[in-house]
Amino acid sequence: MAHAYTSGLRVSPRTVVARTRRLPLSGQVLVDVGDRVRPDTVVAETHLPGPVHNVNVTNALAIVPEEVPGCMLKQRDEPVAKGELIAESKGIFGLFKSSVRCPESGTIEMVSEVTGQVLIREPSTPVRINAYLDGTVTETLPGEGVVVETAGACIQGIFGVGGETHAPIRQIVQSPEDEVTGEMINDRLRGRIVCCGSMITLDALRKLIEVGASGVVVGGMRYHDIGDLLGYQIGVAVTGGEDIGLTMIVTEGFGRLPMAERTFELLRSMQDREASLSGATQIRAGVIRPEIIIRSNGDEASADQASSDRAAPAGRGLEAGSLVRLIREPWFGELATVASLPEQPVRLPTGAFARVLEARRTNGALVTVPRANVEIVET
Amino acid sequence: MSLPTEINVILATDCGSTTTKAILIERRDGAYRLVVRGEAPTTVEAPFEDVTRGVLNAVREVEEQSGREILDGERIVSPAEGGRGVDIYVSTSSAGGGLQMMVAGVVKSMTAESAERAALGAGAIVMETLASNDGRLPHERIERIRQLRPDMILLSGGVDGGTKSHVVEMAELIAAADPRPRLGSGYDLPVIYAGNADAREDIARILTERTELSQVDNLRPVLEAENLGPAREQIHTLFMEHVMAQAPGYGDLMAWTHVPIMPTPGAVGRMVRVVAERSGIDVLGVDIGGATTDVFSVFGGAFNRTVSANLGMSYSISNVLTEAGLENIARWLPFEMSDADLKDRMGNKMIRPTSIPQTMEELIIEQAVAREALRLAFEQHRNFAVELKGVQQLRTISDTFDQQTGGRTLVDLLNLDLIIGSGGVLSHAPSRAQAALMMVDAFQPEGITNLAVDSIFMMPHLGVLSTVHETAALEVFDRDCLVHLGPCVAPVGTGSPGAPCATVKARTDDAEWTHEAAVGELVAIPAGEAEEVALEVSPSRGFDAGAGRGVTVARTVRSGPLGVIIDTRSRPLQHPEDATERIETLQRDYHALDLFPESG
Repeated sequence: MAHAYTSGLRVSPRTVVARTRRLPLSGQVLVDVGDRVRPDTVVAETHLPGPVHNVNVTNALAIVPEEVPGCMLKQRDEPVAKGELIAESKGIFGLFKSSVRCPESGTIEMVSEVTGQVLIREPSTPVRINAYLDGTVTETLPGEGVVVETAGACIQGIFGVGGETHAPIRQIVQSPEDEVTGEMINDRLRGRIVCCGSMITLDALRKLIEVGASGVVVGGMRYHDIGDLLGYQIGVAVTGGEDIGLTMIVTEGFGRLPMAERTFELLRSMQDREASLSGATQIRAGVIRPEIIIRSNGDEASADQASSDRAAPAGRGLEAGSLVRLIREPWFGELATVASLPEQPVRLPTGAFARVLEARRTNGALVTVPRANVEIVET
Repeated sequence: MSLPTEINVILATDCGSTTTKAILIERRDGAYRLVVRGEAPTTVEAPFEDVTRGVLNAVREVEEQSGREILDGERIVSPAEGGRGVDIYVSTSSAGGGLQMMVAGVVKSMTAESAERAALGAGAIVMETLASNDGRLPHERIERIRQLRPDMILLSGGVDGGTKSHVVEMAELIAAADPRPRLGSGYDLPVIYAGNADAREDIARILTERTELSQVDNLRPVLEAENLGPAREQIHTLFMEHVMAQAPGYGDLMAWTHVPIMPTPGAVGRMVRVVAERSGIDVLGVDIGGATTDVFSVFGGAFNRTVSANLGMSYSISNVLTEAGLENIARWLPFEMSDADLKDRMGNKMIRPTSIPQTMEELIIEQAVAREALRLAFEQHRNFAVELKGVQQLRTISDTFDQQTGGRTLVDLLNLDLIIGSGGVLSHAPSRAQAALMMVDAFQPEGITNLAVDSIFMMPHLGVLSTVHETAALEVFDRDCLVHLGPCVAPVGTGSPGAPCATVKARTDDAEWTHEAAVGELVAIPAGEAEEVALEVSPSRGFDAGAGRGVTVARTVRSGPLGVIIDTRSRPLQHPEDATERIETLQRDYHALDLFPESG
């Protein structure tokens, strides 16, 4: 077999990207197919049921639960205001009455004669989702959301932290090998997506947050720096909800790793262009990678349909000549070209047998690598 | 689907989160044997969203390897006719995240714990355990119920005839949260009520409108006993009828199988139980995966399962780092490495979970992580597998100075007969000796304990098969599934390093060994692999090999790749604090056992 399938990260200057924007609960779609949307255009909204508060009427009135319904001044489904009387005991000959006031405004949800509890639900809170991309609505999902599509550049990272944002790109290094340190950060990076090289120090990250940068894209960073920044270690790669003031995307991995030349050059060519950025990562079944998406300004050639989401293949062929990244020691981070794909499993230096490929490194050396340890460089 | 009277050809699949594994079993010369195994990526998620695609692909691989025609287009041919088709087809599933449950009870350490045991035993991942005394305010419980979107809820609480207000209150909170199921939107969330029988009417009134309520016998009818069977069976039924029916393609798959699809861990647990019951032994089983580690045990006939949801070798590897601490992982490395480098390597494995170690250094790091993941998962299991709490105890004068409060762990390592390891890092370790030592270091067995691994992760298939054909399941288990790694002899007691610990005599048909074991050793008697060995362990005064201090134990065992392992290191294991000394000790032990042949 001279052909195999492997995962890869997309780095494409011209593609069509479609993103489904879905509400957490059924709601209302606010745009139509064909509408032109900006990243912050609200495309759908819904209302989340409000928090529930319980009041122990039995205790408050010193009565048994069965008596609670008879003491209620407000009934199920009735609206109530904060501080309003909701229950009152009968007292002795109408005197010495005890009463219960409502702790929050809302609606009486339930009155229990078994436990003597009364549940009050606060008014619902609105939830809106925006378009995220600068593009066009291509599909509406009634009651659920929309699909937004745009043509442009798409770069996937390997790991991200933080949610969605959009801002202009600013590359601040000259080479993918360069490291970004604290003294390179200044106020002019406020509201920018800062693109770096092989590494960013913790000090520089903290300064970026301080000056109000919107995001950072970097080849590598120290794993424990993320923990220092968040205040806790990320144990499982399911991210996107962190709130540290900016969105981070690592394109290669942990450690000092030069950003792939192709990624670096693509970001350089997009200097000052507005990009949509998402740090959401999910490395489990149903994988989600962090991404940078930049809408085409019309100067670039038309989108390459073969690499678009609409034409996305289930897996991409790995064959002689394929460009791959080596994703494990001893050549972690290096690029190589597949020379051959031997069919029979080969004994590795660990003693394990695995299916391998032979690859030529950029220095010309031919090496044997487990197929599981390469990532195709998708273009 | 009716079962054929004679079963000679069996097809079994396990639909995992990432891979669907199929095995073909045939009866040959009067015995059931594994013929071939095939696998293919699971296809529950986009772009396929149909589990049967992956099953068909895995079965096609079985067809190619065995030469047996099993499929007619996209239909499994059954019953078998000549060299075509299979007599029965069975399957397990953990795809799409497996069965995710929330459980609730009244008292955290009593009915809520019993409910958790029932759910875990049925093969579920317990996302949350709620109890009236869990320290949370009612609105916090409601928020939690709403945030989680479980596949089903198990509600228990109260003994039969006891007070019902607390369990009713819990039902009210569930109703107020109006929970939605994880999969599908067109049906109500299944809720099983297995609490105080007197509260059934109230529970029905509160929950029927908003949930798909079913009621079974109380899982804690009296404080002194659990009755988990009805709740477990109902979980399996609802798993099939509701959860699986919502998952893409499972409708078809359910129609293909001859018996209900089981959750994968439920099937593994069943197999562990069957093995323990057959031989009347105490068994510990562990399955270490990429995201989670499951531990199963049968001690004194009591079955327990725990799942450590975030201890795993790839997706959750960084969580092992967080929970174990860097120093605990580094203590297993026979070389120096900076903290930052070690953390980066684990982070990189987390984000590229399918990559495999190519260098010996990387392999040793992964096996160090495995030791800690297994140790932590076992610790959790030990704390969970306990006697029932809240049971009134009869005390005598002799208990004056030894008053236990109940809830003692059932895990008794001195009486443990067999540890079965499963999961990639154990089953696919480059050498079986490495797998054996990972288990010894993680579980730190005591007395004489046999070690084994599941050769190709077949226990789920055999577990579900055992529901219809226990003989076939056990025959394949003995002949093709279990790989014996030999016994570990570990007399327990205290002594200075180098002091006499035990005399170990081993005899095979061809040879005889006598080893005077001193405290602090890790050595092996090279008895040759898979030999029957007559073992006699005479512990020194103050040491116990399983029959009491100083009492000789004689047993016939099957040797493993290292022969017979003798481990007289302290319990719990302690490493030298000085890094250089620690590294030297590890290098000496690993070299003596020839554990990493090319590591020098």
